[in-house]
Amino acid sequence: MEALPFASSASWQEIIWQQNIKPILLLIGISVAIILCVIIAVAYLTYAERKVLAWIQRRRGPNTVGPFGLLQPFADAFKLIFKEPVIPAGADRVVFLCAPILTFGLALGAWAVIPIADGVVFADVNAGILYLFALSSLGVYGVIMGGWASNSQYAFLGAMRSAAQMISYEIAIGFVIVCVLLLSGSLNLSSIVHAQSEMWFIFPLFPMAIIFFISGLAETNRAPFDLPESESELVSGFNVEYSGMVFALFFLGEYANMILIAALATLFFFGGWLSPISFEPFLSVPAPVWFMLKVCILLFLFLWVRGTFPRYRYDQLMRLGWKVFLPLSLLWVIFISSLVYFFDIPSRV
Amino acid sequence: MSTRLVSDDVTGQSQISTDPTLRTVTMNFGPQHPAAHGVLRLVMEMDGEVIERLDPHIGLLHRGTEKLIEHKTYLQALPYFDRLDYVSPLCQEHAFVRSAEILLSIVPPRRCQFIRVLYDEITRILNHLLSVTSYAMDVGALTPALWGYEEREKLMEFYEAASGARLHAAYYRVGGVYRDLPAGLEDRISAWADEFPKFMDDMETLLTGNRIFKQRSVDIGIISTDDALSWGFTGPMLRATGLPWDLRKSSPYAVYDELDFQIPVGTNGDCYDRYLVRVAEMRQSLELIRQCLREMPTGAVCIDDNKIVPPSRKAMKSNMESMIHHFKLFSEGFHVPAGEVYCAVEAPKGEFGVYLVSDGGNKPYRCKIRAPGFAHLQAMEKLCKGHMLADSVAVLGSLDVVFGEIDR
Repeated sequence: MEALPFASSASWQEIIWQQNIKPILLLIGISVAIILCVIIAVAYLTYAERKVLAWIQRRRGPNTVGPFGLLQPFADAFKLIFKEPVIPAGADRVVFLCAPILTFGLALGAWAVIPIADGVVFADVNAGILYLFALSSLGVYGVIMGGWASNSQYAFLGAMRSAAQMISYEIAIGFVIVCVLLLSGSLNLSSIVHAQSEMWFIFPLFPMAIIFFISGLAETNRAPFDLPESESELVSGFNVEYSGMVFALFFLGEYANMILIAALATLFFFGGWLSPISFEPFLSVPAPVWFMLKVCILLFLFLWVRGTFPRYRYDQLMRLGWKVFLPLSLLWVIFISSLVYFFDIPSRV
Repeated sequence: MSTRLVSDDVTGQSQISTDPTLRTVTMNFGPQHPAAHGVLRLVMEMDGEVIERLDPHIGLLHRGTEKLIEHKTYLQALPYFDRLDYVSPLCQEHAFVRSAEILLSIVPPRRCQFIRVLYDEITRILNHLLSVTSYAMDVGALTPALWGYEEREKLMEFYEAASGARLHAAYYRVGGVYRDLPAGLEDRISAWADEFPKFMDDMETLLTGNRIFKQRSVDIGIISTDDALSWGFTGPMLRATGLPWDLRKSSPYAVYDELDFQIPVGTNGDCYDRYLVRVAEMRQSLELIRQCLREMPTGAVCIDDNKIVPPSRKAMKSNMESMIHHFKLFSEGFHVPAGEVYCAVEAPKGEFGVYLVSDGGNKPYRCKIRAPGFAHLQAMEKLCKGHMLADSVAVLGSLDVVFGEIDR
């Protein structure tokens, strides 16, 4: 009978601990840490949104709960947790409750492949972009399910708008990402950042970065594309029938997606965690700080846009997506691929 | 099997669809809806996002104002006019006091006339600020509304300085105004008038040239001049179609005929033109305010007739006759000679008219109120048909309806 590995030095309990339980615990620990980070980021994004909008609108914003209102997000969260989740009489209960869970779960799941510094990533998968695509395409189901199961016309109209919108802008985003792929030669997000060590992709892909940002606004249902939840027409859109914690899940999912889009834009176009200025003392600033700084600036743009622009109409939004962004990004894919083909770009950048 | 109307996108004409598998959705919009501007209820028949039929339901804010006025003396009836269109109170008071003054055959003194014009124009800016910025909010721009509220607050302070109330001023009186402007108020108003154009420019930067704002407003809710006239449109709604009809010019009252101002008109009669007309009117009103302050005469603010206007407090304490006048005015009120009159003013929303019938008593026999918003709201279906859901909200915002005056 052959000895098991480490049999001489460790008991079987220790082997099981080392090989099975410990890695699982570690995984769970890291997941919880990531989820907590995202949720706290979301909480303070809502705070930042209220503050930034307040500054734009010459108001003060939250300033009562805690110093400078910093505890306001937690006050809101507790309020929502203790509220009764009302399920409408005509609603499909199971689907109604599944929808926010799906939305929230997908929004969190995407964070698994986001690297915030060199090697600091939960799952450094090779097909990271494909994974993100899969998740964001599934995201629309949460909205459709929520709108459909509510059995309300407002929610239903909101869900239909949302579905149409997310699908059309995903295509534009897809082509923009194809450009990034062509330049970096990899589907792995870390390699994409490494490919930008000499030049950020914002420069060769300038118009595409703009399209990505605008499509990102549409993808996350943010102003001026916040049709699915347009206050003035649909009151609150697909989530109008939700309350309490189930509503909070939609809300968290939406804001987590916002941060995700900002993170993706950072990774694709703004060199991820790389320092913008390549000499000391900027090089000794920790990489995650650069990453977060860039994400914050992009998120500020999200909020700024919301404070400035009116809302598109449903058909105008579709026209913009299909008749402007899609041809433009398609054209740019051809342009970039010819650059790559004739000048052998990826090997040089 | 149901037949239904389908609007054709290309020709804009309606055709009958007999497909039994297709059904329209009836949607209830309001009365609890953030864009319903109060308590409007719209029952819409929707083909997807396109409106096929739209039926405004009103009456949820009906308070029986006209009937109540029949049981009040003329002084007691006055504050009801603040509460009709609560965004432009003083213009409506103006219509009422003018109609009573015509029946009484009295003319208030010149200073009073200038004060009335001054406050009518302040009211117009108050109203248009709310109208324009809440229209912007209806098409999704939040910021102008909050900027506008700050300016409105400043204007309401002028209301408060003169009358003691920010909103429901009850400042005009038959035969004059409640009291003279407090010392220094004219300087404060003119200091504000110097700063206000800056705000207007800021607001227009956000809206007038904005691509999305134009896409949402241009060619939405078009109405021709003829249609507008036959639907009974007045005010900015009518002027946006290109007809320069303004009671301040066409049948001047107070001292409008002595003041220099222009009537802005639109060309298309769409939501964007209505927006532009209102913005231009605000600038004209500012001009009028400046002129009023410059040319404001000194003198009394009420007629010198204690049968209609109460005597001073001081006289009332020392003079027997004044005391009797005071007592009679605030118990019985004054009597108005028998007769009837229709008197209209150019309120910010359009022609606001009061049809007053007196039987010679101390209370109006009948007081019919002509509210401009009512005529505008009834054209909702005409303006919205074939447009999308989001456009109906924009059209409603551009109508500038306030339910206080529509339901009365």
